[in-house]
Amino acid sequence: MPTKIEKDAVTGTETTGHEWDGIKELNTPLPKWWLYSYYATILWSIAYFVLYPAWPSLSGHTPGVLGWTMRGEIAAEMEAAKAAQGPMLRRIAASSLDDIRKSTDLQAYAMAGGRSAFGVQCAPCHGAGGAGAKGFPNLVDDSWIWGGTLDDIYTTIQFGIRNANDKSRLSQMPRFGVDGMLTAAQIDDVAEYVLSLSRRSRDAGAAKRGEAVYAENCVACHQEGGKGNPEMGAPNLAANIWTFGGDKATIVESVRNARAGSMPAWIDRLDDATIKMLAVYVHALGGGK
Amino acid sequence: MDGGSTSETRVPPSVAVDEAVSTKVQIAAQPLYASRIKVHPKSVSGFYRTIKWAVLGFCLSVYYLAPWLRWDRGPNAPDQAILIDMPGRKAYFFMIEIWPQEVYFLTGLLVIAAIVLFLVTSLFGRLWCGYACPQTVWTDLFMLVERWIEGDRNARIKLDAAPNSVSKIAKRTAKHASWLAIAAATGGAWVLYFGDAPTLIGEIFTGRASVTEYFFIGLFTATTYTLAGLAREQVCTYMCPWPRFQSAMLDDQSYVVTYEAWRGEPRGKLAKKAEGADPWAGRGDCVDCNSCVATCPTGIDIRDGQQLECIGCGLCVDACDAVMAKVNRPLGLIRFDTLANQQARACGAPATHKFVRPRTILYASVLAVVGSVMLAALLLRTTVEMNVLRDRNPLFSTLVDGRIRNAYTIHVLNKTHAEQVYTLRAAGVPGAVLTAIGDDTPGDTLRIVAKPDSVANSRIFVTAPLAGLRGDASTKIEFRLDGASGGGRAEYRSVFLAPGR
Repeated sequence: MPTKIEKDAVTGTETTGHEWDGIKELNTPLPKWWLYSYYATILWSIAYFVLYPAWPSLSGHTPGVLGWTMRGEIAAEMEAAKAAQGPMLRRIAASSLDDIRKSTDLQAYAMAGGRSAFGVQCAPCHGAGGAGAKGFPNLVDDSWIWGGTLDDIYTTIQFGIRNANDKSRLSQMPRFGVDGMLTAAQIDDVAEYVLSLSRRSRDAGAAKRGEAVYAENCVACHQEGGKGNPEMGAPNLAANIWTFGGDKATIVESVRNARAGSMPAWIDRLDDATIKMLAVYVHALGGGK
Repeated sequence: MDGGSTSETRVPPSVAVDEAVSTKVQIAAQPLYASRIKVHPKSVSGFYRTIKWAVLGFCLSVYYLAPWLRWDRGPNAPDQAILIDMPGRKAYFFMIEIWPQEVYFLTGLLVIAAIVLFLVTSLFGRLWCGYACPQTVWTDLFMLVERWIEGDRNARIKLDAAPNSVSKIAKRTAKHASWLAIAAATGGAWVLYFGDAPTLIGEIFTGRASVTEYFFIGLFTATTYTLAGLAREQVCTYMCPWPRFQSAMLDDQSYVVTYEAWRGEPRGKLAKKAEGADPWAGRGDCVDCNSCVATCPTGIDIRDGQQLECIGCGLCVDACDAVMAKVNRPLGLIRFDTLANQQARACGAPATHKFVRPRTILYASVLAVVGSVMLAALLLRTTVEMNVLRDRNPLFSTLVDGRIRNAYTIHVLNKTHAEQVYTLRAAGVPGAVLTAIGDDTPGDTLRIVAKPDSVANSRIFVTAPLAGLRGDASTKIEFRLDGASGGGRAEYRSVFLAPGR
C-alpha cells in the first residue's frame, strides 16, 4: 500500500506504488463494463448452481432444479438413436437374407449394423477383423466348418455350436487316443497323412500307413482327401487352414483328445434383425459363398 | 494544511508519522473502475468522408445482396452463387466448389487475406480499420441512424443531459428500435449464406426455419446491436488484437494520419488584430477549434501524436481542411502522410514517397508465392479422387486353394454434378483378380458407380496366387480408376501383403 499517492509526471496518471528496476506501474482504472461482465459471470454461476448439479455432499451432490444429469442425457440420446433405427431394423427383420443382399440400402445398413454388433458380440473370440484365434475360426477366408452360404452363417449364428439350445449344431469327434481307439503309433501315422494332404509330410512311409488308418476312422466325416463336410462340422484338412493349429504335435493332440469348439446360440440373446445383419456382415468379410 | 508548506516540515521530529491515506480519499482521488466517456462524433463532409460513405455502401451491398446471386450448376447442385452447405458438407463460390477434404483452399484464402492486410497496412496505414472493417462499417451506419433521430453532436449532448421527457424517451426508443432492426437484418442476412436464400427468407418470416437458424439470427442481432450500437470504439481499443500488433507492419514510410505540429504550433484561438497587422505572426496555423476532436469516432485528439486508438479514418482531415479553407491557410494541417515526410516537411525539404521498401517487397513476394500456389491448386483440382484403405485385421487371408487375398476399402469422390461410372484396375501383382461385395465374378476390372457430388464406398478383394509373389511379404500394387468421358482419372499406390518366405 503506497503511503502517498504519486502522480506520474508524463501522463498525469497516479501510480500503484509498485516499482521494478525503476519502472513504475500506472494505476489505470479498469473499465466499468469489465466490472459488470464480472458480476454477470457471478450471476451466471449462481443460476447454474440452482439449475444444474453443482455442490458435492458426503453422499452425492445437489441435483439442481432441472434434474439434469449427464447419464440421463446419454440415455435420452440412446433412446432417440434406437427410435431412429427402428424403421430400418423392422424392414431388415421382415426381409429375407437374399432380399437384404439385393437391396443397396438394406445391404449398406446391414453392413454397418453388423459391423457394430460384431465388434460387441463376436470380436472377443473371432477378433475385431474376424481373423480368429486358436480355437476360434477365421471368418475372413473361404474355409467354413459349418458352411459359408448366407443361410449357413445365419443358422450358425442363430443356434450356435455345441450348446444347450435344441437346434444347436452338434457333432462330436471321437477321442481316438484317450478312449483307446487308436494306438499312439497309428495316431502318429494318421497325423503324417493329414500333413501330406497339404503337401507338408516328410515321412512318406508313415503317411502311407496313415492313409489306411484315415480310410478306416476319419473318412466318414472328413471325406476323401480331407476335404471336410460342413453338414457335420468336419473341417477341411487339406487347405492348410487350421482352427487349432496345423503343426504335427497339434494334429496328434487333435486326434488323441478330439476337438469340440463351442459357440453360443445368439437367438437367445439378440433380436432377429441383428442376427441377420451379422450374417450379412460376416458373409461379406470375404469368404462368403 | 496551511497554504504553501507541506505537512512534513511541520511535524516535530520525535513523533512517528504515518502518511497512510484513507481508502475513501484514495477512491475519491482515483476511482477503481472508470465509466466509459461517451463519444459524440460530429458530422463532417469532405473527401475522406465521401470515400468512407462509398466504401460503406459497397460493403453493405455486398453483404446483403451476395446471397441472392444465382449461378447455374445443373440440376444436381444448388444454384446459389455463394453458399456454405453444412448438411451437404460443401462450399460453393461461383465456379469454385470446395469439399471438406479441400479445406486448405480456405486456409490459403485466409493466408492471402492476412498478407494483403499486412501489405496494405505497411503501404497506406490502417485502411482496413478506418474503412472496411465490419466494426467500422456498422458503427458508421448506426451513427448515421443516431444522427437522423437525435441530431448532430451538440443536440445529442444536450439530449443526454436533458431530464427524461416524452420526446427524449420517444427519440431513444426510435433509435434503439432502428438499431435492433438493422441488427436483425444483419443476422438474417448471415444465415442466408448457409441455405437457399429465397426459400430461407420465406421460412424465417413464417416461423418455419430451424432452431439453429433462429439462434444464429438472434446471436448476430445481439452482437451487432451491442458492438456497433453500445460498445463502438471500445471494441477497437479493448477487444481487437489487430491495433495491438499492427504497429509491427508500420514504419516511418507508411501513411498514417498526422498533425503538422511544425506549422500548427503554437496553437491558439484566432484573435482579432489591429488593421493591417498579420494575424498569423508569431503563432501556428492551428486555431484550436477542436473540430478534429469533435469529429473523431474514437474520441481522441490527433494533435497528441500517433495513438493506438486512431483507426485512420481521416475524418479529422476533412474537419481540419474545412476550417483551414475558412481561415485561408494551406490545407493539410492534419493529413494522411508518412512520418518521414513530416520530418522532411518540417525542415522544408520536399516530400518523397517510398513505396518500395524491404518490408513491402517481402509482403508482396510472400503474397505472390501463396497466390500462385493457391491458383495452381485451384486449376489442377481434379473431378475425381480415390482413397484406398487396406484392411489391417487380418493383413491377408489364405484361401482353400492356396491363393492369397487382401481386402481394401475404396472411397471414390465424384466431384462432378452427374452420376459417374468408373472402371477400377489393379496393376503390379501377377495373376491378381478383383472381386467386390455384390460383384463376385473375378476379373481384371471392377465397375464402381458414384452418385453425383458424393462419395462411393466399396470393399474390394484382390486375390492372387502365392507363386507369382516370389515369396515377397509385400508387393507394390497400383489402383487405377478411369471415368467415362469427363469423369477424370485417379491413381493410388498401396501394397499387397502375403506370408513371407
